[in-house]
Amino acid sequence: MSETVATARGVPKEIKELDRAVIRFAGDSGDGMQLTGEQFTTESAVAGNDIATLPNFPAEIRAPAGTLFGVSSFQLQFGSQRVYTPGDRLDCLIAMNPAALKVHLRDLKPGGILIVNTAAYDKRNLDKAGYPSNPLDDASLGERYRLHKVDMSALTHEAIKDLPLNTKEKDRTKNFFALGLVSWIYTRPLEPTLDWISKKFAKAKDIAEANVRVLKAGHAFGETAEIFGEHYTVDAADMPPGLYRAMTGNRALAWGLLAAAQRSNVPVVYGAYPITPASSILEELAMHKRFRIRTIQAEDEIAAVTAAIGASFGGAIGVTGSSGPGIALKSEGIGLAVTAELPIVIFDIQRGGPSTGLPTKTEQADLMQAMYGRNSESPCVVIAPATPGDCFYIAYEAVRIAAKYMVPVLVLSDGFLANGSEPWLIPDVNTLPPIDVQFRTESEGFFPYLRDPATLSRPWVRPGTPGLEHRIGGLEKQDVTGNISYDPENHDHMVRMRAEKVRRVAQEIPPTSINGPATGDLLVVGWGGTYGSITAAVERAQAEGKSVAQIHLRHLNPLPPDLGHILREYRKILVPEINSGQLVRVLRAEYLVDAVGFNKVRGLPLASEEIHEAITQLLESK
Amino acid sequence: MTPPGPGAAEAPRKLTKKDFESDQDVRWCPGCGDYAILSAVQKTMPDLGLPKENIVFISGIGCSSRFPYYMNTYGFHTIHGRAPAIATGLKVARPDLKVFVVTGDGDGLSIGGNHMLHVLRRNVDITILLFNNRIYGLTKGQYSPTSELGKVTKSTPMGSADRPVNPLSFALGCGATFVGRTVDRDVRHMEEMLKRAAAHKGTGFLEILQNCNVYNDLAWNVMYEKETKVKHELRLEHGKPLIFGAADDRKAVIMKGVQPTVVKASEVQESALWVHDEKSPNAAKLLADLFFPDYPVPVGTLLDIDAPIYEKTMLDQEQRAISDRGPGDIAKLLTSGDTWKIE
Repeated sequence: MSETVATARGVPKEIKELDRAVIRFAGDSGDGMQLTGEQFTTESAVAGNDIATLPNFPAEIRAPAGTLFGVSSFQLQFGSQRVYTPGDRLDCLIAMNPAALKVHLRDLKPGGILIVNTAAYDKRNLDKAGYPSNPLDDASLGERYRLHKVDMSALTHEAIKDLPLNTKEKDRTKNFFALGLVSWIYTRPLEPTLDWISKKFAKAKDIAEANVRVLKAGHAFGETAEIFGEHYTVDAADMPPGLYRAMTGNRALAWGLLAAAQRSNVPVVYGAYPITPASSILEELAMHKRFRIRTIQAEDEIAAVTAAIGASFGGAIGVTGSSGPGIALKSEGIGLAVTAELPIVIFDIQRGGPSTGLPTKTEQADLMQAMYGRNSESPCVVIAPATPGDCFYIAYEAVRIAAKYMVPVLVLSDGFLANGSEPWLIPDVNTLPPIDVQFRTESEGFFPYLRDPATLSRPWVRPGTPGLEHRIGGLEKQDVTGNISYDPENHDHMVRMRAEKVRRVAQEIPPTSINGPATGDLLVVGWGGTYGSITAAVERAQAEGKSVAQIHLRHLNPLPPDLGHILREYRKILVPEINSGQLVRVLRAEYLVDAVGFNKVRGLPLASEEIHEAITQLLESK
Repeated sequence: MTPPGPGAAEAPRKLTKKDFESDQDVRWCPGCGDYAILSAVQKTMPDLGLPKENIVFISGIGCSSRFPYYMNTYGFHTIHGRAPAIATGLKVARPDLKVFVVTGDGDGLSIGGNHMLHVLRRNVDITILLFNNRIYGLTKGQYSPTSELGKVTKSTPMGSADRPVNPLSFALGCGATFVGRTVDRDVRHMEEMLKRAAAHKGTGFLEILQNCNVYNDLAWNVMYEKETKVKHELRLEHGKPLIFGAADDRKAVIMKGVQPTVVKASEVQESALWVHDEKSPNAAKLLADLFFPDYPVPVGTLLDIDAPIYEKTMLDQEQRAISDRGPGDIAKLLTSGDTWKIE
C-alpha cells in the first residue's frame, strides 16, 4: 500500500507502509549515538510500535575519536506486529564516520538505506578507519545500497549559525540532525524529543534552541531534499491495551525491588561495588530513598554481599548486584547466607568473560557459576528474566522467594537485558503476589533452626526482639537448635536439608507455558535474555509448518516440576545459549535426554536467523 | 519478659554479668588471654544500660571470632575478615542496635584489612575489639601482620620478611574517631577502656594486647612482668602530661623538634611537658608509634573525637527525602515520566 502526500514544497513524496524496520545509529563514542537511539525509541513507542533495542558501546569511556574500537551504536527494531529482538540485518544504517561504516556495513541488507555524514569522511578519519581511499567515492557502494551522502555538519552549523555557541557546542548537536532525518524517513512524531529537549536543557536555553532547530532541520531536509524519493510508516502494533512505558532491564530490576520493599513493608539494603553492566541498578536505587531503599557503595564486592547479609540478619531485605567477576568474589559470602539461612538476593548482570573479558558485551556463561560456583554443597535458588520488562517481576519474585524460604536467590540477567528496552505494560501493583514477611517474636519453643514444615525455612528474628537472643554463623550447626555441631550424621542431614529447602521452591513455579504443540518433532529450550531471538526463530519455523515448540525457563534451580515430562514429548531438543553449553548440560544430567546445544559466544545476542537455521538443520538430521 | 503491672511502669531489672553468659562451653585453650577479655566484656555489658536484646556481637574467623557464641546476646560468627562489612550492613538496616565487632590481628588487619579501613573512615557507629596476639592461633602458629620482622614461625623458618603493621597507626591513618589500647592482663584498665570505647558515638577502635600462650606466649611480656610494666607503661589521661616510670625514676615524653623524646621528668620544665589531648589527631598519630624498647608503651585513649556517622547521615537523607516529597509510592512511580496508552 502506498499513498502520496504533498510536502512543504509541493513535491509529493511517496509513503510506504512497512511491517517492521531495523535501524542502527553508529558513530564515534562522542557522537551521541546512544541518546539518538533512545530518543528514536521513544518516538517509536509513542507511535504505538512494539520495539526491541540493542545498545552497543565500547568499554573505553572516551575511546580515541575516529577509531574502529571507539565506535558506539544503537540498534532497534520496531514493528506493527510483535517484535522479539532488535533484529539481525539492518534496513537502515546511519554511519556518522568512516569507522562506523567499516564496523557496521556488513550488517546492512543489500538495498538497505545507508546515510553518512560526509563531513566526517576526511583523510584523518579514513586513515584511522583503515580506508586507503574514500569508500563514498566507490560507485559500487551506491549500487549495492541506497546511499545518501549528507553533509550533516555543514547543515547543522548553518541552522544555528546565529546562536551564541562555540563551534564545538554547535557540532555536538549534529546527532539531532540525524535523528530528525531518520524520524522523517520513518514518519516518527518529533514531539517526544522536543519535550525531552525542553526538559533536559531547561536551564540552557541556547542549547535547547540549537537542538530543536537542528532536529527540525534534519526533518525538513528529508522532506525537501530531492534525494529521498520515499519514506515509510510502520503502523501501531496490536498490543494488549493499557498504559505503557519504555523499560530497560536494570531499571526494571531496581523498580522490582522498590515494589517488593513497599509490598513487604521491609526496607531494602542494596550493597554494590560499581561494575559494568550492573552499576545503573545502584544509581537507580540511590534516587529512590523515599522507598526506604538504603544503598551502600561498598569498598569491594565482598563487602557488598556481606553488607547485604548483615542487613538481612537485621531484618531488612539484603540485596547485592554485580557482574560475573564480582559474583566470583562474592562466592564465599553467598555460602555464608546459604548456611546461615538468611534471605538475600544477588543480581548477576552477565557479561563476556572469563576474567575482565568483554565488560560492555552480553553473555550467558554464568549459569554454572550461579548453580555450582561455591565451595562445598551450597545450593541457591537461581532465576532468570526473559525480557527487560520481565526483570521487574523477577526482582520482585526473588525477594518473595528469599524471604519465604530463607535462602539466597541468584538472578541471572545480562548486558543485553540490562541496557535493552521494550515497551512495557505497566502492571497494577495490587495484582502482584503478597510478600508476607513474618518475623518471629514468640520466645516459647524458639530455636534458631526450627523449621516450617512446608517450606523448611527457619524463623527470621530481628535482633532487638526480647527473649530470642541467639547466635548463628558459618560453622556447621545442629538442626533445630543451631548449636555448633561436628557430628558426621548431622552434617549429612544438614547438607540434604539445605538442598531440599531449595528443591521445595519448585512449589512456587507455575506450569510451564509451551509456545507451540504439546508434542512434536522439536522442542527449543531457552533461558534468560535469548527469549526474543528464540521466539522469533521458532515462530518463523512454525509458520513454515514445522512441528516445533518452545519453552523458556525462568526458574533454573530448582527446575520446573513439569519439565521432565515436557522434554519427553518431543523427538529432539535444541538448547540455544550464549555460552558453550551450560543449560544443555544440566538438562542432560537431570533428565537423561539427548538435548543438543546451539552455542555462539560473541558478546552479542543470538541472531534469530541462525537459531532458525539450527532448528531446520536439527529437524533434517537423522 | 514479664509484662509490667497495671498502672506502674516497672523499672527494668539491672542486668548482671551472668545475664550475658551464654549456655555454650567456652572452647579456647586453657590459659588463653581471651578468657579474661570475655569476662571483662560480660562484666561491663550491664553498664551500657541497654536491654541485652539490643546488643549484637559480630565476628569473622579466628580464635577471637568465637566470641559471639559465648555472649548471651544476638550474635553472628561470619567469614574471615568480613565482620566490619557485615556490621556496616546491619547498622544501615538497624541503626537502633548496639553492635560490637570482635576481631584479631589476622582477621582485622590481613584478610579483612580493606573492610577495617572503610568501616573506620565511614565512622559507622560500632565498637571494634581487636585482639592482637601477633600470631595466627587457629591455624596453628603462622606469623601475623603484627608479628615483628624476622619472626620465626612454621611458615617462616628463617624469619618473616615483612614488616609489621601497627594497629593504632593504621586506625588513625584510616580516620578513626576513637582509638584506644588496653591489655588482657590488666582487668581494671580493660573494663574501663571497654566502657569508653562502647560509649563512643562512631567507630570505637580498641586494640587489646592479648596473650596466645600456645603459639606466641608472652609476646607482650613487657606489659605483663610487674617490674617492666611499671617501667614502661604510659597511661594516657586527657589533660595529664606524658609521664611514666617507677616512682624513683619518673620519665616524660616530650617533643624535641618533630621527634618525641624520652627525658627525665625532673629535668623538664612544666611548660615543656607534652599534655595529652584526646581531641588531637596529630598528637594521637605520634603517640601511636611509641613502643618498647625505645619508648614507653602507651595504653588508654589516644583519640576521641566526633565526626559524622555513616548510617545516621544516610538515615537523615532518607528522612529528608520522605519529608520533602512524601513516602515512595510504586504505583505512582510506574506511571511517572513518559508513558503512552494503547486502547
